[in-house]
Amino acid sequence: MSNSLSKIIRTTADVMFLFITVFGFYIVLHGHLTPGGGFQGGAVIATGFILLIVAYKLDDFLGWFQKRTFQNCEMSGLVLFIGTALAAIPLGYLFFMNFLNGTGGLFGQTVNFGINPGFLNTAGTIPIMNVAVGIEVLGGLSIIILYMTSGIRSHEEGE
Amino acid sequence: MIDNLPFLVVAITILLGLYTLLLKKDLIKIIMGISLIESGVNLFLIALGYRWDSIAPIFTGAPSLAMVMPTVQALTLTSIVIGVATLALLLSMVMIIYRYYRTTDVREVSKLQG
Amino acid sequence: MMRTKVAWFTLVVLAGSLLFAALSIPFGDPAISDMDDYFIAHGQEQTGANNIVTSIVFDFRAFDTLGEACVLFTAVFGVSVLFRLRKKGEDYEYE
Repeated sequence: MSNSLSKIIRTTADVMFLFITVFGFYIVLHGHLTPGGGFQGGAVIATGFILLIVAYKLDDFLGWFQKRTFQNCEMSGLVLFIGTALAAIPLGYLFFMNFLNGTGGLFGQTVNFGINPGFLNTAGTIPIMNVAVGIEVLGGLSIIILYMTSGIRSHEEGE
Repeated sequence: MIDNLPFLVVAITILLGLYTLLLKKDLIKIIMGISLIESGVNLFLIALGYRWDSIAPIFTGAPSLAMVMPTVQALTLTSIVIGVATLALLLSMVMIIYRYYRTTDVREVSKLQG
Repeated sequence: MMRTKVAWFTLVVLAGSLLFAALSIPFGDPAISDMDDYFIAHGQEQTGANNIVTSIVFDFRAFDTLGEACVLFTAVFGVSVLFRLRKKGEDYEYE
């Protein structure tokens, strides 16, 4: 694999990685109030990880984050999504029913029709599903880039 | 005719993608043509749901209550993600083909077995 | 030689039909919009989300999102099968 890039790029990538991750989680979490949601926020966070892969050598990156971490992220995201969908069946509702909307508990504030400034505590199971899909997309896209980059390295080592 | 400008742009994008797909002889360029056609179709889907003098369908701090049609935008999200998945698999297959044939010219990678 | 001629002919025919269709669709004036009017009028009280597009993707049509998450999973699965490392003693057919 090629060498790591210059000192300026490595320092900028270190600083930008934190800002990109926080911005991506903001987009994921406020998916029911502003434009965004699970898929868009997950793609933004995966861009932060790819910036680190490009700036450093692949061996340095694999010393901090292993492949097993991203596989666990992707699996737990999909399990959380299907678990939230199946959790409505023992309570007497149908599959994928929004059973937290309108009750007073977690994410259960009621919203009337009209223009309002946006409250975070609303919309039932939608923020939980947004977080699950965001974690799955960040794991999936990072794993694709890691496999393709390692494929180049094993080809250059003389197959 | 100037009112239909989004549909004209969609037609030109799809035509450029079709030209690249049919008449170029390199595998990477053919994949670029496929991606152009997918982008053109996504833009067509979103341009179908527009109403004059309307805003995005979000109620947080909205200036008015006239909104565009929201179902088409939901379908476009799914279409974009499927395009990304297809593109990842296509590029991986091109890497494996280059590793064996040592070229990406489409006239030479034509053996069906072995 | 024959192949390029057929390709150019197909391209010209498709160009004519696409441009004719693009200039005859009215822009900004959907004819039937009953389903979308229902979503905009009742989306906030039935799902509680301010963003109507997110409430459609994750509550009214959540099955499509389940299928899309599985498509992403299958793509990662396919890429990881294609880039398997070769161990000692394992032979491929093209060696």
